[in-house]
Amino acid sequence: MGVFEPNSQSIPDWDDIFTQLSNGQMADFPGGIHPPQAKELSNTIPIITPNLPDALYIPIKQHSGVVGNISVKIGEHVKKGQALTQSSHPFSVPVHASTSGTITNIIEHPSAHASGLPETSLELIPDGLDTWHLLPVITDYQSTPPMVLLERISQAGISGLGGAGFPTYIKTNTQKPVECIIINGIECEPYISSDDRIMREHALQIKQGIDILCHITQAKRVIVAVEDNKPEAYKSLAQACINDERILMASVPTKYPAGGEKQLIQVLTGFEVPNGGLPIDLGILMYNVGTCFAIADAVLYGKALTQRVVTLTGKALAKPQNVWALLGTPIAYLLAHAGYDSNKQKRQKVIMGGPMMGFTVLNDTVPVVKITNCLLVPEQDELPDIDDEKPCIRCGVCADACPAGLLPQQLYWYSKAKELGKAQDYHIHDCIECGACAYVCPSEIPLVQYYRQTKAAIRQEAENKAKSDKAKERFEARQARLLADKKAREEKHKKAAEARKAAMENKGNDAKDKIAAALARAKAKRAAAKAAQDNQQDDAN
Amino acid sequence: MIAALITLGILALIFGAILGYSAIRFKVEADPLVEQIDAILPQTQCGQCGYPGCKPYAEAIANGDEINKCPPGGEATIKHLADLMGVEPKPLDGAHGTEDVKKVAYIREAECIGCTKCIQACPVDAIIGASKQMHTVIVDECTGCDLCVAPCPVDCIDMVPVKETPTNWQWKLAKNAGGTVGDINIKELS
Repeated sequence: MGVFEPNSQSIPDWDDIFTQLSNGQMADFPGGIHPPQAKELSNTIPIITPNLPDALYIPIKQHSGVVGNISVKIGEHVKKGQALTQSSHPFSVPVHASTSGTITNIIEHPSAHASGLPETSLELIPDGLDTWHLLPVITDYQSTPPMVLLERISQAGISGLGGAGFPTYIKTNTQKPVECIIINGIECEPYISSDDRIMREHALQIKQGIDILCHITQAKRVIVAVEDNKPEAYKSLAQACINDERILMASVPTKYPAGGEKQLIQVLTGFEVPNGGLPIDLGILMYNVGTCFAIADAVLYGKALTQRVVTLTGKALAKPQNVWALLGTPIAYLLAHAGYDSNKQKRQKVIMGGPMMGFTVLNDTVPVVKITNCLLVPEQDELPDIDDEKPCIRCGVCADACPAGLLPQQLYWYSKAKELGKAQDYHIHDCIECGACAYVCPSEIPLVQYYRQTKAAIRQEAENKAKSDKAKERFEARQARLLADKKAREEKHKKAAEARKAAMENKGNDAKDKIAAALARAKAKRAAAKAAQDNQQDDAN
Repeated sequence: MIAALITLGILALIFGAILGYSAIRFKVEADPLVEQIDAILPQTQCGQCGYPGCKPYAEAIANGDEINKCPPGGEATIKHLADLMGVEPKPLDGAHGTEDVKKVAYIREAECIGCTKCIQACPVDAIIGASKQMHTVIVDECTGCDLCVAPCPVDCIDMVPVKETPTNWQWKLAKNAGGTVGDINIKELS
């Protein structure tokens, strides 16, 4: 059923893998596609730092996990890098002020999410000074206990910058032994070049991040993987890592989606992450290059995560480029910075993320968040809208393209028929939503949308089930309690009735006695009266 | 002839014994049908089906009643019931109400007089309060059954739709108000 035979060994032999990799031998993942790259639009000029925007909208939830509590007040002056939320929950990381200024409002602002629904955000008006609130610098990280470094990574608000936004310190704080760290510099999605630029320009700091991660996890081996369409990035990283025995550079053949976590592991090691498992089950931790940069920033320079590289691209922009965008910058500001020409679009359309996995934003005040790697503004006809989907012709091309070895066609039918159970039987949760199936589909069916909908429906159904189970439990508990109450009441009534009856009987006896006594008294009285009468008669006689 | 009869008889006895033993040894504790049906029903205890709760309706279905009388469960519940009962799914019976967005009860607390009538009506103990004290609904426990609304003498209970957030939002298919959402076709890119 499209599922590949697992490798006969369950634990990777790392010496073997490293020998093979250094000989240039690599495995492959099933499927995959070769879409036009379009990276040269934005990857030729260095990363630019735009001027400060007029206002920042910082959503309090920018990672997957739990939201912290807002720890600042309206009107409070904050410095760049100062935490704005705090939480004791382990699945929470704080968000920080991206520049110095005044918190002017706490509002519901459109979110950087496909729904565009409002989320609680802090409005920050910059004071123009951009003064830092730095955390204490840890230069000698090698003699610092790992827990302290993890705490710093958490404090600095670092969550995976590759896309999923999972808090980095949770991933790093694993109890299982880490054999190998993989640094993901693949960036396989068309148009995006933010990782490419950061690798070219900041290879040394990425290396510092890698060193810190190696110290924390005690990993002995590192693979730095870069796709072979980014030779400059590969060269500068290789230069930075040249004297490190632990690090192996790997140039991965360009194929979408080689940058997917599971796909990259398969390419490099030949091993598949077990169904429902995590890379750490194979002794692997994977980090995005941007995350490594942010870790070095947090530890060695005391800087919290306040900015990230965002690719501004698409032919509707006069100056496509990469920028250091402050978290919370409204996208309209960045688009204006890159020379957005609305005449080049018939209908305004901005995609957050790349053309394969991104989503159309519904509002241009949406802020840049930790997982925003690209803003794509296509010219009219650059990325045609999807026409009405045509019927599936059962050609099976999607199954050949699926990098997870699933059967997209079956999933499509079951999604359409809302057969949630069947969709799960066909492993819909192993779908990484890469969009390769939709890309190759000759009927232009937006397959991934169906899967997203089905996944959401499955989650909803599970929630409903949990809720109805709880309701049932509460209902039954209530019924049992009411029944017990009723029984107790009946018991009480019964006892009361018995008591009354007993009392009545007692009282009855009393009454009888009294009546008898009264009768006796009356009788005695009558007798006395009669006796007196008799005496009188006798006297009269 | 007699040998054959005896042989077959003995065989019958042996197999009978094996079958009899395994019937006892490997007895499957089958989930009674009513329990299975009850597990599918949404447990709002709202009574819209005409029975005084989900369990009684489950019993009625087991005894042959229609499976399309549960508006809170809607199409999904009907589908599951059809699967379980081996019948064709039917559209929801409009006489018992229509499938609505999920709602929860909300007490306008300033107007509450503390009569406890709603507390007595709530089948899942989702309302807290005491006599002559303000009452309030535990949102997470409320099933949206509507049963507390009618008993309230001052009409201070509203049924409000559950708010849509990015967490419970559902992906909509291509043609929605905002145009195309999600993956974009780039194959015609030169």
